[in-house]
Amino acid sequence: MTGNSILQCLLFFGTVTLLGVPLGRYMARVYEGKAAIAGKVLGPIERVLYRLSGIDSKENMSWQRYAASLLVFNAIGFVIVYGLQRVQGHLPLNPAALGAVSPEVSFNTAISFATNTNWQAYGGESTMSYLTQMLALTVQNFLSAATGMAVLVALVRGFTQKSAAGLGSFWVDMVRSTIYVLLPLSFIVALVLVSQGVVQTFDAYVHVGETWIARGPAASQIAIKQLGTNGGGFFNVNSAHPFENPTPFANFVEVVAIILIPAALCFTFGDLIKQRRQGWALFAAMMLVLVPLTFATMAAEAAGNPALHGLGIDDSASATSTGGNMEGKEVRFGTANSAIWAATTTAASNGSVNSMHDSYTPLGGLVPLVLMQFGEIIFGGVGSGLYGLIIYAIIAVFIAGLMVGRTPEYLGKKIEAFEMKMASLVILLPAACVLVGTAIASAVPAGTTPVFNPGAHGFSEILYSFTSASNNNGSAFGGITVNGMFYAVAHGIAMLIGRYWVIVPVLAIAGSLSRKKEIPSTVGTLPTHTPLFVALLVGTILLVGALTFIPADALGPIVEQLTLAAEH
Amino acid sequence: MRMLRQSLVLVLLLTVLTGVVFPAAVTALASLAFRSNAQGSLVYEGGHVVGSSLIGQAFGGPAEFWSRPSATGPAPYNAAASSGSNLGPSNPALVTAVQERVAALHAADPGYNAPIPIDLVTASGSGLDPHISPAAALYQVHRVARETGLSEARVRSVVAEFTEGRTLGLLGEARVNVLLLNRALRALRE
Repeated sequence: MTGNSILQCLLFFGTVTLLGVPLGRYMARVYEGKAAIAGKVLGPIERVLYRLSGIDSKENMSWQRYAASLLVFNAIGFVIVYGLQRVQGHLPLNPAALGAVSPEVSFNTAISFATNTNWQAYGGESTMSYLTQMLALTVQNFLSAATGMAVLVALVRGFTQKSAAGLGSFWVDMVRSTIYVLLPLSFIVALVLVSQGVVQTFDAYVHVGETWIARGPAASQIAIKQLGTNGGGFFNVNSAHPFENPTPFANFVEVVAIILIPAALCFTFGDLIKQRRQGWALFAAMMLVLVPLTFATMAAEAAGNPALHGLGIDDSASATSTGGNMEGKEVRFGTANSAIWAATTTAASNGSVNSMHDSYTPLGGLVPLVLMQFGEIIFGGVGSGLYGLIIYAIIAVFIAGLMVGRTPEYLGKKIEAFEMKMASLVILLPAACVLVGTAIASAVPAGTTPVFNPGAHGFSEILYSFTSASNNNGSAFGGITVNGMFYAVAHGIAMLIGRYWVIVPVLAIAGSLSRKKEIPSTVGTLPTHTPLFVALLVGTILLVGALTFIPADALGPIVEQLTLAAEH
Repeated sequence: MRMLRQSLVLVLLLTVLTGVVFPAAVTALASLAFRSNAQGSLVYEGGHVVGSSLIGQAFGGPAEFWSRPSATGPAPYNAAASSGSNLGPSNPALVTAVQERVAALHAADPGYNAPIPIDLVTASGSGLDPHISPAAALYQVHRVARETGLSEARVRSVVAEFTEGRTLGLLGEARVNVLLLNRALRALRE
């Protein structure tokens, strides 16, 4: 690691914090319906949407109705994305004359984009028409992100409301997330990206010599794929593609955009519950995990690949070369910006990449894997990351309660058997999906044949794929071929479980909490904004993650690291 | 039923807003403010498109600067199917590929045995990397000077001219655009 790479890393985390605080405060006003200036401009659009679709914005939904609206809304999105892919050959805005996408890949993609995973079993420029990219994929980038944010707001109401009957309106929370937060930010980011050279055109691919240069309306999709923790690239190689991420400044904007809203939501949370310190505590817990792991992957990639040493190459860092492990990385980003991105995109459940994770050193690749295995709660998806972390906070107060023999409480609400049952589901189901899916895939030929790299690294490809799908990340060790029937369907199921079997229990907790009375805090109450609680929370996350996944990780990246070190 | 109707109408309205109005508005503004960028930063020669300054091309002749290896199929630098190699660090195929690239560089410049900068023998993430590191360009100066008949100092000064530093001295990495460098080199020889 050079001084410059450390500086770039600190600049990144500093920028996220500086922008996150005001954005978080603004979002709190949006969800409270108090955003004055934005309300004047965007309020009329909001009201027209409600009027045309016959929505009563004052409706106070029970948690069951909130969940049902969400599921129906997402299901319709799924059907549209599936359908558009199947008939794109007959529709306009298809300059490369791409035909229908296969049923299994269409199924996988539709789930993938509806669940905010954006796992891609296809290469964008060789599979999806411009129309499909816009009407199916860009739209779901917005709506799946807004869905996650709505669930978070509902969970927060569970804490702020006392003896209340409902959680508010899913329609209102989702629409406000879209038009007050995601659309304006995406518009700005898209234009900044075009100023750096990201393409944005409806014109056809360009013929040059014997090849074609693929183009398209990319900037508008890239902006929201970064901001909404979606991660589905316009082109096959995602943000490694020079048309998707052309300059170091574009890269900086994109990597900040990955984590901006998840970070800001910590401060939104603090404002909504009227205790800013609680928001800072959760933010601190996330940073405590992410920053050291970012440096770990940066150091691993800067050290280079020992298998290549002694072949007459120079991989040391100097003023004229980034050095390190450059297989699968772009010169303009080098190892530092690739590693920062890899850690950030897997901590947040974004999953876009600016370098190929499959070619990372074993330890460099272990970090993204571990960050996903924590359950996408270290920033995580927009909304989903924070509601996931709040579930961990509930578990942490429960553990603390067991230690001292008091009924656990969090933010003035008693945590009882029902909440704990639901919290267990939230943590166990995605983890089970990862391990059972990996086990099945490793045991059947349909699972092992599509693997690309030999040995322990091949197992890592399988493990990474199920980890990514079950936690709705979407990045991959891309060597593995996932467009066949087995993986398209298995990952599809994993993504569904990882998304909705988390959302429904979280909404159930929200419903249960909002019906409860507030209990006044006493000297016996465990304060949840102190360094002690932050340490307890981080400890809980590390413990649950380690106990669940160390055996599986040991068979993949850890074995590979040991063999590589022994052989060279 | 009411919920289904509300969902359906809302999905359609939001599809128009985020899937039609938004990309169209960005496209309109982009083509006003940054027309060349939005079109793909195309490079023209005599009215014909010869490439994009952002998309690398497969340079590998003796008298030109070589690009990085590219893993796109069916041919390298296929800008209609971007791809990395996805070779794992412990994959013997990666070692073999690097050995072959080292051998090819040595064969093109016999007797010149400086260590080869890593980016020149490893495939980029996109398969379309337009850049090489300044070190990788300087490594090739010896061969390019010999093959073109230009002095090493002259070639080195062209490399220096096309070397971009970190943005604001801080962000990203120093790099040289191979397409632009080779065009400048060709212009110099003509």
